[in-house]
Amino acid sequence: MTHATADLMRPPFPAERGVDVYDNKLGMWVFLGSEVMFFTALIGTYVILRFGAEGPWALPGIVLSIPITAANTFLLICSSVSMVKAFAAIADGDRKGLSRWLLATTLLGATFVGVQVYEYMHLVHRGFLPSGYREGSELAELAAQGVLPAATGGLYGSTFFTMTGFHGFHVTCGVICMAWVWLKSLRGGYTQQDYRGVEVVGLYWHFVDLVWIILFTIVYLI
Amino acid sequence: METVHKRPNYLLIWLYLALLTAAELGLAFELPISRNVKIVFLMFLAVWKALLVALFFMHLKFERWNLRILAIAPLPLAVILILAVITEKIW
Repeated sequence: MTHATADLMRPPFPAERGVDVYDNKLGMWVFLGSEVMFFTALIGTYVILRFGAEGPWALPGIVLSIPITAANTFLLICSSVSMVKAFAAIADGDRKGLSRWLLATTLLGATFVGVQVYEYMHLVHRGFLPSGYREGSELAELAAQGVLPAATGGLYGSTFFTMTGFHGFHVTCGVICMAWVWLKSLRGGYTQQDYRGVEVVGLYWHFVDLVWIILFTIVYLI
Repeated sequence: METVHKRPNYLLIWLYLALLTAAELGLAFELPISRNVKIVFLMFLAVWKALLVALFFMHLKFERWNLRILAIAPLPLAVILILAVITEKIW
């Protein structure tokens, strides 16, 4: 016997045969698969450069500001929660709730990018560049005193700015998409019967959060 | 009969993520254990957090198996890529 019961976790949209999801969501999952490989290539390169380097790597906390980045990580986690709350709101037919949570997600994401820009400016000011430690800077001084390993400064700088820079670019794209979805929600573009755009942009946003969770550990804590 | 899923408690997942992040920071900077053990524990915590996001925020826990397989398909390739890169160092 079959019961037609509403499943809160399965949106009521026409699905493609095979994987049984609608095509926008399927496309996003395939795209995210390619993104996994992209970030794996970056992380793999970092692993070989760091553990295959001739000298030791700078210990965590000497060059990078961990408290600021930890707070920023918390912001990104909060933005993932506000994103699922937006999804839950429109699934329940609450359009105002959707707009409010999307706005919160957009602002939290924009704040994350803003803090990252501030972090970059602060690091450059201290002398940390993609090419290593700038001559005459505070960090070059620490390297001269032996507190920081000078030999691997260039590798450290280039891998740090490449990985966090590409992630920051992804967050920026996410913020722009989120702002678009938010504006569309204000115009009543999503209903309880069709909120595909919200779910698809949400998948991208959570993926960006997931990647940061891994990058934060590898780049800042290890 | 089709399985019907209830919505997860998102705030509870958020609390777990916040606590795990705090645990990571404590482990990285406060706990006096060897560096290699620290790396293993930190990676374990990071994977745990990533799984929470994938399962509950990206709703993989509630998707059908065919979509789950599609989602995890790149992971074996990612492992192969990392292992291939690591063997570069060994050789």
